Amino acid sequence: MKYFLQRLAFYLFTAWAAITLNFFIPRMIPGDPVQALVTKYQGQLSSKAIESLYVLFGLDKEAGIWDEYVSYWKQLLSGDLGLSFTFFPTPVSEIISESLPWTLLLVGITTVISFFLGTGLGVLAGWRRGSWTDGLLPVTTFLSSVPYFWLGIIAIYLLTGPDSFFPSSGGFDSGLVPAWDQYFVPSAIQHSLLPALTILISSVSGWILSMRNMMVTVSSEDYITVAHAKGLSDRRVALSYAARNALLPNVSGFALSLGFIVGGTLLVEIVFSYPGVGFALFQALGASDYPLMQGVFLIITISVLVANLLADIAYLLLDPRTRKEG
Amino acid sequence: MTQPVLEIRNLNVEYGLGEQAVRAVRDVNLTLHRGEVLGLAGESGSGKSTLAYGLTRLLAPPGVITGGQVVYHPEKGDPYDVLGLSDRELRSFRWAETAIVFQGAMNSLNPVHKISTQLTDVLRAHEPTMSEHSRNARAREMLKLVGISPDRMDAYPHQLSGGMRQRVMIGMALILQPQVVIMDEPTTALDVVMQRQILGQLIELRERLGFSVIFITHDLSLLVEFSNRIAIMYGGRIVEEAPAGSIYRDALHPYSKGLLGSFPALRGPRRELTGIPGSPPDLKGMPTGCSFHPRCPKAFDPCAGNIPVLGRPGTPDGSARTVACWLHPTEQPVG
Repeated sequence: MKYFLQRLAFYLFTAWAAITLNFFIPRMIPGDPVQALVTKYQGQLSSKAIESLYVLFGLDKEAGIWDEYVSYWKQLLSGDLGLSFTFFPTPVSEIISESLPWTLLLVGITTVISFFLGTGLGVLAGWRRGSWTDGLLPVTTFLSSVPYFWLGIIAIYLLTGPDSFFPSSGGFDSGLVPAWDQYFVPSAIQHSLLPALTILISSVSGWILSMRNMMVTVSSEDYITVAHAKGLSDRRVALSYAARNALLPNVSGFALSLGFIVGGTLLVEIVFSYPGVGFALFQALGASDYPLMQGVFLIITISVLVANLLADIAYLLLDPRTRKEG
Repeated sequence: MTQPVLEIRNLNVEYGLGEQAVRAVRDVNLTLHRGEVLGLAGESGSGKSTLAYGLTRLLAPPGVITGGQVVYHPEKGDPYDVLGLSDRELRSFRWAETAIVFQGAMNSLNPVHKISTQLTDVLRAHEPTMSEHSRNARAREMLKLVGISPDRMDAYPHQLSGGMRQRVMIGMALILQPQVVIMDEPTTALDVVMQRQILGQLIELRERLGFSVIFITHDLSLLVEFSNRIAIMYGGRIVEEAPAGSIYRDALHPYSKGLLGSFPALRGPRRELTGIPGSPPDLKGMPTGCSFHPRCPKAFDPCAGNIPVLGRPGTPDGSARTVACWLHPTEQPVG
């Protein structure tokens, strides 16, 4: 428990540091969002409007950096991430809450499936090494080295077209309104299949490879020989002795990859024009939309930290050696 | 002598196949009698561990048994060849009839499971009808038997010291009351105090429970003290086999003498320690004839040409021992 509280304190500190950096970095980048907005409206803004925009973005020159920092925290704690100016005047929090579910569902589900599928196949390949499963290895090595956005482009090129079942872009049919009904849900699933497959194929190989290699390493441990000598069934030795120990590094890898669900598949979302967080970030980057970028970075940071915390907890549960006495 | 419990006949074990194969165990004949402690000694690479793994069919690839028989005599029923068992029969033979205590005391226990889980899963596999309550009771009893407080049942391996872990392994080995316990250098990872304590305890348990022990080590002094008979291995072959006292007082094979000369006696007159010159033979390119002859101080004409056969020497106690050396021409070969 003490260990857990220590970790928690550490993560809170890290979150503070990350949020503070998130505050300073955009202010250190040359250029100015208001100028970008002025350019966007092509001189149709009066000087008064420009002044009030500076105040709105918290960039008014009068306020010192410390006051800005304090008000930034106040806003953050009340859930106010500022206004986006790509989608001016929509609040950033609204844009993120609209795009986050798309990313969470698509990448979240595929990451979980990919982990379980890959780990399962890895256990099999590691335990039955020397059999036909070794033939899978070159294929998985190849696939794990293929970037997924490239796989996505190939998939769009080969599988989509006017008559194809697979849509090439978007998250749902453009004629539909997002709602939990019988028109929208199937359309959303149909649109997510291709990006999901792309992510699955390229990420599952990594899990297979790492799990297989750990299985091979663990198989030569003394306790595996003991387990065989004890006359336990092959299945029990494979799962309870070998896989149970080989799993540990994979679990922390899994928790970390959960952290990258939110931001990690930016390129897939861009390739498929999928309405997720990555795509929102892409649009923000194109338009120097600092509030939106900050908001997305914040969400990514927090999700990575939460995932790390989950990894620590999972490790505590799975590996008795990390539990401290008392 | 009493009844045999395990007879190894012409066992051959090789690593790899075909031309490249390394013959680690060559034509070994060895009989373990009921209730005795048989010591197996030799330098590293002499094949003693391979022999132990071979007779329980635990060899990891590329190890293969290329010939021979391992005949096991159960308490009731007919003897059978362990090497001919099906996978299923082999699983039920393992641990129930022949248990093993391994070299690495530190790594023999699965780090992620409690001691209790590892003790009871043997029972679960071999006696599926046993209730959970009696499984736990049996596991507790075994811990008590090896001198560990039963409240350590819920401990994880990393919470125990090396000596405790090895005692847990011994308790685990005895949990199904096997006829044969193979100890493969069981105390190499422990300090000398713990060594004696654990071996003393084991011998005491053997007297109480009546199992037989094959005790493998390179520490001949331990064997002289704890075993009834000693077999010396060199280059994959058994070169001498005799009662422990005979080996100690009057070893016949120059290699056995060399081993005995390389550790000091606690009592008796001072003498100079002599090692064995040279190094263990390369199993890939064995010398012709007696594989020990290049290092042997007493080598003479026939040694380089012909392999000496293990047989009874012409000494007064010759009926109880065997040796494979041209210095002691055999009167009646065995095997």
